[in-house]
Amino acid sequence: MRIVTARRVSQVFFFVVFIWFCVVATLGKEVWQLRGWPVNWLLELDPLVGLATLLSTRTIYAGLLWGLATLALTVLLGRVFCGWICPFGAMHQAIGYLGRRSRKLSAQLELNRFRPAQAIKYYVLAFFLAAAVLLPREWLSSGSLQIGLLDPLPLVHRSVNLILLPLADRLGVGPAPLPRFYEGAGWIAAVFLAALFLNLWIPRFYCRFVCPLGALLGVLSRWALWCVGRTEEGCTGCGLCACSCEGACTPTETIRTSECVMCLNCLDECRHDAIAYRTRPSASGEALLPDLSRRGFVVSAVSGLLAAPVLRLGGVTGPNWNAGLIRPPGALAEEDFLARCIKCGQCMRVCPTNVIHPASLEGGIEGLWTPKLNFRIGTSGCQHTCIACGHLCPTAAIRPISLDERLGRSGFAGSGPLRIGTAFVDRGRCLPWAMDKPCIVCQENCPVSPKAIFTREVFNTVRTRAPLTLKSADRSRLLLAADALETGRFGTGDYHALLPAGLRLRITANTAGTLELERALAASESPAAGSVCTIQVRLQQPYVDPNLCIGCGVCEHECPVLGRRAIRVTAENESRSRQHRMVL
Amino acid sequence: MSPDPLLNRREFMGRAARAGATLLAAGGIAALAYDPTGPGPSFEEPAASGLPDFSLAEAGRRMCIARGAERPRALQLALQALGGIETFIRKGDRVLIKVNAAFASPPLLSATSHPELVSEMIRLCRKAGAAAVRVTDNPINDPASCFALTGIGEAARSAGAELILPEERFFRPLTLKDAALIKNWPVLLEPLSGVTKLIGLAPLKDHHRSGASMVMKNWYGLLGGRRNIFHQDIQTIIAELARMVTPTLVVLDATTTMISNGPTGGSLADLKETRTLIVGTDQVAVDAFGATLLGKTAADLPFIAKAEALGAGSADYRALSPIEVAA
Repeated sequence: MRIVTARRVSQVFFFVVFIWFCVVATLGKEVWQLRGWPVNWLLELDPLVGLATLLSTRTIYAGLLWGLATLALTVLLGRVFCGWICPFGAMHQAIGYLGRRSRKLSAQLELNRFRPAQAIKYYVLAFFLAAAVLLPREWLSSGSLQIGLLDPLPLVHRSVNLILLPLADRLGVGPAPLPRFYEGAGWIAAVFLAALFLNLWIPRFYCRFVCPLGALLGVLSRWALWCVGRTEEGCTGCGLCACSCEGACTPTETIRTSECVMCLNCLDECRHDAIAYRTRPSASGEALLPDLSRRGFVVSAVSGLLAAPVLRLGGVTGPNWNAGLIRPPGALAEEDFLARCIKCGQCMRVCPTNVIHPASLEGGIEGLWTPKLNFRIGTSGCQHTCIACGHLCPTAAIRPISLDERLGRSGFAGSGPLRIGTAFVDRGRCLPWAMDKPCIVCQENCPVSPKAIFTREVFNTVRTRAPLTLKSADRSRLLLAADALETGRFGTGDYHALLPAGLRLRITANTAGTLELERALAASESPAAGSVCTIQVRLQQPYVDPNLCIGCGVCEHECPVLGRRAIRVTAENESRSRQHRMVL
Repeated sequence: MSPDPLLNRREFMGRAARAGATLLAAGGIAALAYDPTGPGPSFEEPAASGLPDFSLAEAGRRMCIARGAERPRALQLALQALGGIETFIRKGDRVLIKVNAAFASPPLLSATSHPELVSEMIRLCRKAGAAAVRVTDNPINDPASCFALTGIGEAARSAGAELILPEERFFRPLTLKDAALIKNWPVLLEPLSGVTKLIGLAPLKDHHRSGASMVMKNWYGLLGGRRNIFHQDIQTIIAELARMVTPTLVVLDATTTMISNGPTGGSLADLKETRTLIVGTDQVAVDAFGATLLGKTAADLPFIAKAEALGAGSADYRALSPIEVAA
């Protein structure tokens, strides 16, 4: 088998694995659902995730140890990950191939020549790694993990999870039973599609100029034991190898080892056996690293180091925190969270109720595409018996909490249930509070026991066109002096007639001129002719007990005031922050 | 380039060595940093378990009520009646005076410790041989403005005390044993480090939520964080504060009392000349007496009984046979 065939098989294999893992990140026990599939495996193989979280947390969390495998592979064999494994790389290569295949060889040679701008990705890497560095807290607030914005594995997971699969859902071929929504999906799609379409101008545009993981692997590949290079004899300088070079690493000139993505097209194309993958250096010389300017490196590293401290001057992780940013249950305190979240969208993907969404700027620039809850979207609020997101989070930005911890049971009874916010009733919008309409859907749906939402009963006098003067009373029926009522409106069981003596009886039916009461009036209770009766509506007005509310948002989701809900959750009193505590 | 096999072998060995070193280093770091379980439920720092006891056994539980319109004079007389400042402050002592500098308002409005009283207290401590005197508070309004506008900052400096404005790093978590509220809560501990004597210096004020702001309520200013959450249970927090702090001496300044619109006041109409200064070693007793100047009794202020129950002192100030002096 030709080596490039082997490479293509590998690329297709890993691409299929990737798509499969995205699809099966669906809560459930079927073969095509989550079960035990290692859906984070490709993210964990990404050593940039491991390295960046090492810098930002001084730890390597669980599966991120897999990054060592990629690191070892690269140190020994070069950027095999880029050319053989990376699913985003495979997409770029496929599109880039479609873009260049019909062009003349001279044009292809031009497309695949080395460009000094390929150094940009190293500056990107330096910037993001510097931003991730956790300095001692007493110096500066730091350690912002922004690598996920451009790291190809989080980027491609986010894009497939939040763009392609929801589109597939709408076409009826996706894994979700109901079409899923993701707030701000357009921006994520824009980055994804731009990265893909740029291949039509320059193949592997993203890999060559942008990809910080490629840059990291490029640096690691400098001492690779085996590398591509020109042999001593045989090269005629025909340039065929360079026409199809994916990394634009000029194989027959001074080869740019760090740029070689191990596509091995050169080996396949060369008719003269002048290119080899071997332990000896290239006969035409090697440049192990691209020409990086010290100035550029210093600028990117220093701006990276300053990024988090400067952005946090806005106070969004401190006193100016956004109460509208509700993090999933188990999310760490904001600064610790920002040190871990890679914006991969796995939590948003697995959330069975579609309540987790990529944040726009609610959490500041640093919080872009990190998870936040939107209770208006989805099938319900955040189900308080669900802990899926934390168990899928590859970096423990959302901790893998137990159900006991979430519900405050057994060992966690002392600390009580995990709170992600508190619901507040908007009395100006709530139907029983502001509109004389019985409702309490929120109270009914409050899932905690005892309910965090309770009601107080009031009787409010209903507006009628005119005072209701009574003509007479006949057993359980009151006759009005004039027709003044809307027929049938007061027979719902919520309305009561308040008689002049202060007696209040439920109305069971009404016509324009009569009211039917729940029972017959005794002779002594009968109102005098000419006296005035009022109609009252019995209302249960909702209140929130902040000591019981966990912020799950089921109430907000269910509230019938759909546009801007009359009960809304904000992050007040969330367990993850001592500073956000609201009640004793 | 010539394919010199020797050179190539050397080159290869060099690469191999560096690759091996990279892998070893990466593996070593990963092994050290490996965290199979992730972070736990909380990242609470270990908390201090309490404050030192600053009281003097030999000074006993005593109290003096000095009448007069002039604060420094009243303080001198009251201390004399209690055996002189030397009874409480010895040569070499390092004294912290916890003032009430809560609001950025002028001394005239009596919402804060009076600067004349602050400077007299510092002067007396220094006269008794104190090696250092510090003045601190964690005010409600902007700290720098508070110390400037109340005149306390200037009084402290000119009397030779060190003024300590609260800084983030001066607060450390403290857990008071068996407390319901003071659990892992940031407390202004740094100014207390190395201190041997602690004096509380508070004005007598009406307080809308708790009923009165006196010497026990004054310790609220040692709390950091979003401490106003404790207003949800203010009687308990005052009692716990009294249990947390065992001062050497407390001074309740009722020369001019804020009898209404407390604790901020803002108008001379809120004030009443009561011409009284109370100095004592039992903060509960001093507050119990202070209540009477507000037209209340100790029973009207639940924190007094709660503090007594927690062992912070005695609500029966008469049992202390307070010495009355007139200036």
